[in-house]
Amino acid sequence: MTIHTFEKALAEHPFFKDLPEPHLDTVVGCVANVVFQPGEFIFREGQAADHFFVVREGKVAVEVFVPNKGPVTIETIEGGEVLGWSWLFAPYKARFDARALNAVRALSLDGACLRTKCEKDPNLGYELLKRFTEVVVSRLEATRMQLLDLYGND
Amino acid sequence: MATTDATPVVVSASDPMRPEPFEVRHVTKETGDTFTLTLAPVAGARFRPFAPGQFNMLYVFGVGEVPISISGDPARPEILVHTIRAVGATTRAMQKLQKGDWVGVRGPFGTPWPVDQAHGHDVVFIAGGIGLAPIRPALYHVLLHRALYGRVVILYGARTPRDMLYPKELREWRSRFDVVVDVTVDRATMEWQGSVGVVTKMVQRSPFDPQSAMAFICGPEVMIRYAAQALQQRGTTDSSIFVSMERNMKCAVGVCGHCQFGPWFVCKDGPVFRYDRIQRFFGMREV
Amino acid sequence: MKPGDTLVVEARDLDALLDALRERGHTLLGPTRRDGAIVLGEIGGASDLPAGWGDEQDAGRYRLRRRTDGALFGYAVGPHAWKRYLHPPAVVRWRARRDDGGFVAEPDTVPPPRYAFVGVRPCELAAILVQDRVFLGGPFVDPAYRSRRESAFVVAVSCGSPGGTCFCASMGTGPKAGPGFDLSMTEVIDGRHDFVVEVGTERGAEVAAGVPHRPAEAADLYAARAALAAAEGSMGRSLDTAGLKEALYRRYEDPRWDEVAKRCLACSNCTMVCPTCFCATVEDETDLVGAATERRRIWDSCFSQEFSYIHGGSVRTSGGARYRQWITHKLATWHDQFGVSGCVGCGRCITWCPVGIDITAEARAVTPGEGQGGRP
Repeated sequence: MTIHTFEKALAEHPFFKDLPEPHLDTVVGCVANVVFQPGEFIFREGQAADHFFVVREGKVAVEVFVPNKGPVTIETIEGGEVLGWSWLFAPYKARFDARALNAVRALSLDGACLRTKCEKDPNLGYELLKRFTEVVVSRLEATRMQLLDLYGND
Repeated sequence: MATTDATPVVVSASDPMRPEPFEVRHVTKETGDTFTLTLAPVAGARFRPFAPGQFNMLYVFGVGEVPISISGDPARPEILVHTIRAVGATTRAMQKLQKGDWVGVRGPFGTPWPVDQAHGHDVVFIAGGIGLAPIRPALYHVLLHRALYGRVVILYGARTPRDMLYPKELREWRSRFDVVVDVTVDRATMEWQGSVGVVTKMVQRSPFDPQSAMAFICGPEVMIRYAAQALQQRGTTDSSIFVSMERNMKCAVGVCGHCQFGPWFVCKDGPVFRYDRIQRFFGMREV
Repeated sequence: MKPGDTLVVEARDLDALLDALRERGHTLLGPTRRDGAIVLGEIGGASDLPAGWGDEQDAGRYRLRRRTDGALFGYAVGPHAWKRYLHPPAVVRWRARRDDGGFVAEPDTVPPPRYAFVGVRPCELAAILVQDRVFLGGPFVDPAYRSRRESAFVVAVSCGSPGGTCFCASMGTGPKAGPGFDLSMTEVIDGRHDFVVEVGTERGAEVAAGVPHRPAEAADLYAARAALAAAEGSMGRSLDTAGLKEALYRRYEDPRWDEVAKRCLACSNCTMVCPTCFCATVEDETDLVGAATERRRIWDSCFSQEFSYIHGGSVRTSGGARYRQWITHKLATWHDQFGVSGCVGCGRCITWCPVGIDITAEARAVTPGEGQGGRP
């Protein structure tokens, strides 16, 4: 029962849009339901980061702690987006803090579990990597825009 | 000619090259480098009705003159409102103005936002930084005639929460049931519970009908380019996108040549342009 | 005497014409020889004209040369354009005084002069009509330009000796004067020294009627036409305008502009001598105590770095972008702004460019196969 619910939830999420059903079935095995309270950390910089999160509802702040400044939010992630890509590459450690700004409902996907399945089925790996690359590229483009400091005083 | 009385007698200017005197009634500090002047005509000068998106040339005695968009309510032209960012000699001099000081005003000039053309459509306002100031008169107009329009969406991006323009009004607009307001900043500290990211991301998730919506965009040119792209990706046609341009201006009436952008004079063919008409030049360097 | 009439005025009676204009309150302006060039200035009579002088012009080159025929208008054009009188290099727009914290801006009350332009070349006349579109044809009419323009009496003189950089024939602006003159004269020297005059306007007719003259006969008209035909055949440059506007619109990102930029000094000579360039800036000058200020409109050039400055920097910083702006405006966007070309083919920009950049060659370079330019 739970598996069917997860499948539906995954299939409905923009990140997994058009992922062929056999792959969805494979991925579902690595899924767990998670809920975060407002203010709760989802992951911390430097911690083992062996999950990525498919955010269904709520808002997450991706932060960097800057000495003398405090935590600086560099991006917020909302329902419909994904959070975390450090599971893809060794040493699988989170590079930023992620903190729930309000009640966050998400599906967490186990990195080790996924990596094993991708090694076994490169097609699945390719499908997932395609989607992640798109996410990373779009974040990079956004970051570049933010870097331009367009609203700043030149 | 001034007499010995305190108030000089002034001719009403039919000469758009001569500034008329306005008095500062109120100064509001908005953000670190941005402030709003509320002006009223004095000494026989007359207020002039304006259309949203138009600008005046504002003159500080002995310093200089700059083009500044009108950011007040077009339904109340007797109160002239300008939100100004201090970036040069003249605007820094304006920053020092106090209640009672005089400012020279000539205008209004320019092609306005096509608020009438948008009747029956969803209207999406996309503003970045001080770009919210030239958008605000159009917003006032649309909200005053709310029933004539479809969904009204305001997407606003600022540098940090402290650099947001008109935060009180943004909250008021957001509290209306018939307006969607989405605000994002480039970076923030812990107190900010809102979005951090780029305006383009807001376009992607915004609730408007891309096929019929009209978009009014104002902000840095780079932001306009990416916002227009995000709109295009959602299916909005370029002929439904309107942008406000900025160029060096000296005369504001199309005879000094400074504001040329390709074949157009931004002072009279703009500052508001339909995006499909200018898109070719928009992507070009140093035009 | 009425518009369209033709008459002959002998060269020795030219002073009668000039006197008649002066009596009607016009300040006479015409060509004079000064500092090794033929420049415009106030003239008292025909004796102030550069009789017997011609010019040699080429890219970056200008010399006067002696003629043997005593022609009064035997040169092409000098560095001055008539725009310096209609759209003066510096004009006070208004003055203001500070008064109890307030101020009042009042227009300049000096009445504009009434000019008579003697020796307006057909290309220059065309240029005046182009600037009429800029300053009188839009929603904003420049009062300074209008007041000077309305009172200016125009005596056009056809070109008998086009210069090495002339291409008015290509631009359709000469060597015969188009409409817009009060009187148009063609100098004929073949045993006699006459001017075949065509009357353009009522006020031209009124002035001509009072000057010693005889009606033009077939032989006179023939001589005048022959002079014009000879002039048309001796243009120093040519420019094919067919499809030129579209070609320049297509070539905004052509690498040619960066090539030109390597030579171009952005000295803005071309914009200063060009009879149609109209760009201007404003300068506010305040006295030392800050009590009185003056706003002046002053000639400006799109070649300067500051021309396109907005907060943060200038839009056009590279030399290539600035050269492109000038040539594209002159030969392409001008059409869409004012309905005509911005270029009248006077050749001044070629002559007075210190490095000899040739607008006809540059135009031809970006329209390969679509037109010919440069030397015929």
